[in-house]
Amino acid sequence: MSALRSTTRLFASSKPLFRPAVFARSYATVDALSQVSATGHTSNKTIQESKTLNVQEPNPSEQPKIKTFQVYRWNPDQPTEKPKMQSYTLDLNKTGPMMLDALIRIKNEMDPTLTFRRSCREGICGSCAMNIDGVNTLACLCRIPTDTAKESRIYPLPHTYVVKDLVPDLTYFYKQYKSIKPYLQRDTKTEDGLEYRQSPEERKKLDGLYECILCACCSTSCPSYWWNSEEYLGPAILLQSYRWLADSRDEKTAERKAALDNSMSVYRCHTILNCSRTCPKGLNPARAIAEIKKMMASN
Amino acid sequence: MARLSGLQREVLSLYRRCLRETRKKPLETRGNFMAYTRVEFRKHATVSKKDFNAIEFLLRKGQRQLEMYSSPGIRNIR
Repeated sequence: MSALRSTTRLFASSKPLFRPAVFARSYATVDALSQVSATGHTSNKTIQESKTLNVQEPNPSEQPKIKTFQVYRWNPDQPTEKPKMQSYTLDLNKTGPMMLDALIRIKNEMDPTLTFRRSCREGICGSCAMNIDGVNTLACLCRIPTDTAKESRIYPLPHTYVVKDLVPDLTYFYKQYKSIKPYLQRDTKTEDGLEYRQSPEERKKLDGLYECILCACCSTSCPSYWWNSEEYLGPAILLQSYRWLADSRDEKTAERKAALDNSMSVYRCHTILNCSRTCPKGLNPARAIAEIKKMMASN
Repeated sequence: MARLSGLQREVLSLYRRCLRETRKKPLETRGNFMAYTRVEFRKHATVSKKDFNAIEFLLRKGQRQLEMYSSPGIRNIR
């Protein structure tokens, strides 16, 4: 069943999983701009890489493919020090293909003080979400661009409080997730007392929803969420919200809808669509939000 | 006393809340909590009052710590 599921997901997802790098790496902002300010960290706040120490590759190979990585650094133990960009040069011949491999290699061989979250290294845990070259993505699913002339810039998720270096504080995000009651709510039992059954059609409604790993890439790419993160739930949470609204086994649909029925929770979505563009799992939170709006309007 | 900025007032209110919270702790260890609070605030007394980013970060950190230490399960501190 699991094998079947993974293949259906390949077809079901709105974007192909293996897409050419050209299409994957662009927001509405142009490239030159995205280098500076797409992340919300403006240059006058962060110490630029030209003023910090450059850490070199310890033992390059014969014909090295040297690439520079600019990494956002900030240490909470020295709160009065400004955040800075630190550059690391790596030989790509000795590094794995993904951004996470580069980060792990930096941490293991060059600078053990670099801090980031990582766990599964295959895009299933959502720990390594960060802003790479101006796009929120999972470091483990993001290939290192082979163009060695251009440097890669790595920031924590934009508009989040930083715990340290590339680690964002997602406490509030999880609190919001808790607020939508992300579990099956049901009072009645089935006649035979066995599990709650679903028809294949009803199950199909959950495809493209249950795959979400809550990496917070989409929410932190949403300008509307940047400005209203206190009240607006954000695409990731709304996708989950819709996942429970769409579930045929759930009996509290009316309560769930009533909880969302205010001007802030859902209707701060202005269909900017950064969420669907950035989702590293190829899901479509914007569609889920549209479905919620449709459900809310139809009753 | 000079008029305080919003940030300064926030720091003071956090300090006051911390001290209030110590009164809910058992009598024997209350002194420890009090001392800890004072040391933690003293530690960063040198932060420039114009360094908003640092102060805001320390405030958030302080609020998190206060929330954690105010749980009734925590009876002593060193």
